[in-house]
Amino acid sequence: MSTPQSPMPQAAPPNWQAAAGPSHPGYTSPIPVVRTHLGHALASEWTKIRSVRSTMWTLGVFVLLVVGIGLLAGAAIAANASDGDLNGENPLSFGFFGLLLGSMCVITLGVLTTASEYGTGMIRTTMVACPSRGRVLTAKAIVFFAVAFVVTLVSASLVAVAQVGMLDGAREPSGAEWFKGTVGVSLYIALLGLLSLVVGSIIRHSAGAITIMIGLVLAPLVIALFMFSESLSDLRQALFEYSIPNQLSVFYSNSLTDSGPSGWDPLWIALGVTAVAFAGAYALLQKRDV
Amino acid sequence: MIEAVGLTKRYGDKTAVYNLSFQVRPGAVTGFLGPNGSGKSTTMRMILGLDNPTAGTVTIGGHPYRRLPNAPRQVGALLDAKAVHGGRSARNHLLSLAQLSGIPARRVDEVLGVVGLQDVAKKRSKGFSLGMGQRLGIAAALLGDPQVLLFDEPVNGLDPEGILWVRNLMKALAAEGRTVFVSSHLMSEMALTADHLIVIGRGQLLADMSITDFISANSADFARVRTPDSDPQLREKLSSALTEAGGRVLPEQDGALRIMGLPLPRISDIAHDAGVRLWELSPHQASLEEAYMRMTQGAVDYRSTIDQKSGLQQPLPPGAQPPMPVPGQGQPGWYAPPPPQAGGQPPTVPQGPYGAPAGASPAGPAAGQPNPYAQAPAAPQQPAAPAPAAPPAGGAPAPAPQTAPQPAAEPKSEDAR
Repeated sequence: MSTPQSPMPQAAPPNWQAAAGPSHPGYTSPIPVVRTHLGHALASEWTKIRSVRSTMWTLGVFVLLVVGIGLLAGAAIAANASDGDLNGENPLSFGFFGLLLGSMCVITLGVLTTASEYGTGMIRTTMVACPSRGRVLTAKAIVFFAVAFVVTLVSASLVAVAQVGMLDGAREPSGAEWFKGTVGVSLYIALLGLLSLVVGSIIRHSAGAITIMIGLVLAPLVIALFMFSESLSDLRQALFEYSIPNQLSVFYSNSLTDSGPSGWDPLWIALGVTAVAFAGAYALLQKRDV
Repeated sequence: MIEAVGLTKRYGDKTAVYNLSFQVRPGAVTGFLGPNGSGKSTTMRMILGLDNPTAGTVTIGGHPYRRLPNAPRQVGALLDAKAVHGGRSARNHLLSLAQLSGIPARRVDEVLGVVGLQDVAKKRSKGFSLGMGQRLGIAAALLGDPQVLLFDEPVNGLDPEGILWVRNLMKALAAEGRTVFVSSHLMSEMALTADHLIVIGRGQLLADMSITDFISANSADFARVRTPDSDPQLREKLSSALTEAGGRVLPEQDGALRIMGLPLPRISDIAHDAGVRLWELSPHQASLEEAYMRMTQGAVDYRSTIDQKSGLQQPLPPGAQPPMPVPGQGQPGWYAPPPPQAGGQPPTVPQGPYGAPAGASPAGPAAGQPNPYAQAPAAPQQPAAPAPAAPPAGGAPAPAPQTAPQPAAEPKSEDAR
């Protein structure tokens, strides 16, 4: 209460029976008042994300899936490949399977980061403690993105190193391929998780938001698989090319088709979609009742 | 200092709060009363900037909450004991809030000690009882050592020791010069804790006055008189004699008489002159609860009905009496009758839902008229309305016009089955 903005607009009216003495000057706390900023919100969100078990569970399962499936795939291919099978193959590309399954865990954690606050009612406590709502959403996004990126990068790199060591017949990946196969996919997976966080903030319901995100990942590919009509072939092609699993495999220079996104395109697409969704969630958060 | 001006909140076509204006001043505990669904929590959420008012404004220290500088250091709130993530430990929950508000971490351990949760600080709050959850919520409210405190139903689920603690805490906080705003529907608790009352019903202001004014303005102080059961004529005789003397007489279900508008010695004198012996002559003062019930009787949204179990009951054998319902169950107006001045009408409940604004004069019946029982026995007699409301059958005092009378309410509930 060291701020000057708390004047009592008028003295206590004379009929105020409890005010036996002079009008109350108000209470002043001995705890120093600090001007809060995004850094405080970041510290708070870091405390929140590390102090619930769901974080440990989802990230634990994620690491298990990515590393486990990656090593299994590497071992299976190494055991079954005859000489020359892997000639010219990029050994990093076998990390794809683990990451595709693991992305479900990142999606779940992303949704839970925001939607669980609505589910438990914690959001009201949070918004009372920090009335600038955009700051809370920004802090959540930064903390979650950092956690998701670091965890994905570590597990994807581990798998990449192991697979390069296991698959003797394959060629040595170039520096650019290394970069895309580790940092690139990690950014993509973390962005997918961030999109889930934003969807969770818009939908405000864990199960609903997770369903939407899993549908977004899988539905285009599955629908395209059964699109046999010739007249829909263009749509089918587009669904294949822009389905999230295909975009993920673009990072390993694999694709279902020759056209469609290539290089770093998937990352820019994900960045654009997430940015638009974030802006929408930000505006909704300012406008809606908590 | 909390100040609401013309506060209105609509959810679709349901108006939760309508044109609410009040002030909550520092240095006192202000109670916020209202039946279930009357808009208390909605008002609290609007004060805290969680819900945007449809119309009107509410400010704390002159600022809307969302533009309040250092808001968590100026205002602390307990909204809902369950508004925590159950998977997080009590300490981590408070730590995250402290970090968000720029409060040193050692303050977390302080407030955990204040609410008595230091032994379970590392436990996940999912396993907390309702009372422990309330303590955690109070700890969160106290975290910023704020000047303004809002508590929504703080004693829910607390044990008697905890209730006493909360009561003393509220008073201590107010005595330090803080603004304390407490919502509750526990009248007995408010009577002991609050200095000032704000009462709402159906989202509209019914009263904004000190607790003593509230009771005396809405009190239905009466005398209870019993004549010998053996002689019903004596009762009639006394009844007419008292009515003649200007009193208002209502029969009670057990055969006693309820008399308003006459001091006790006068009743005794009249009985003596009429030659009627009295078995009982006792003063009854309305509690806050009764005053509140009468004030809000027209504004209760969720009212119970008698459980008819229609179609499910065995037909009664011929000659058997159906069981009498417990007096009061499902019947409006079973509590003490209105004060003589009010003439059976609850003070300021406006006719029609959300009709013309009731204006800023919710003070109910004129508080200046003295109540004969609140004064010395020698006080001049108050000319009360000569029994305007004929006592209805069954001894239920005149029901207010807008409270659904018993027969109208029952078929509705049967249709719903």
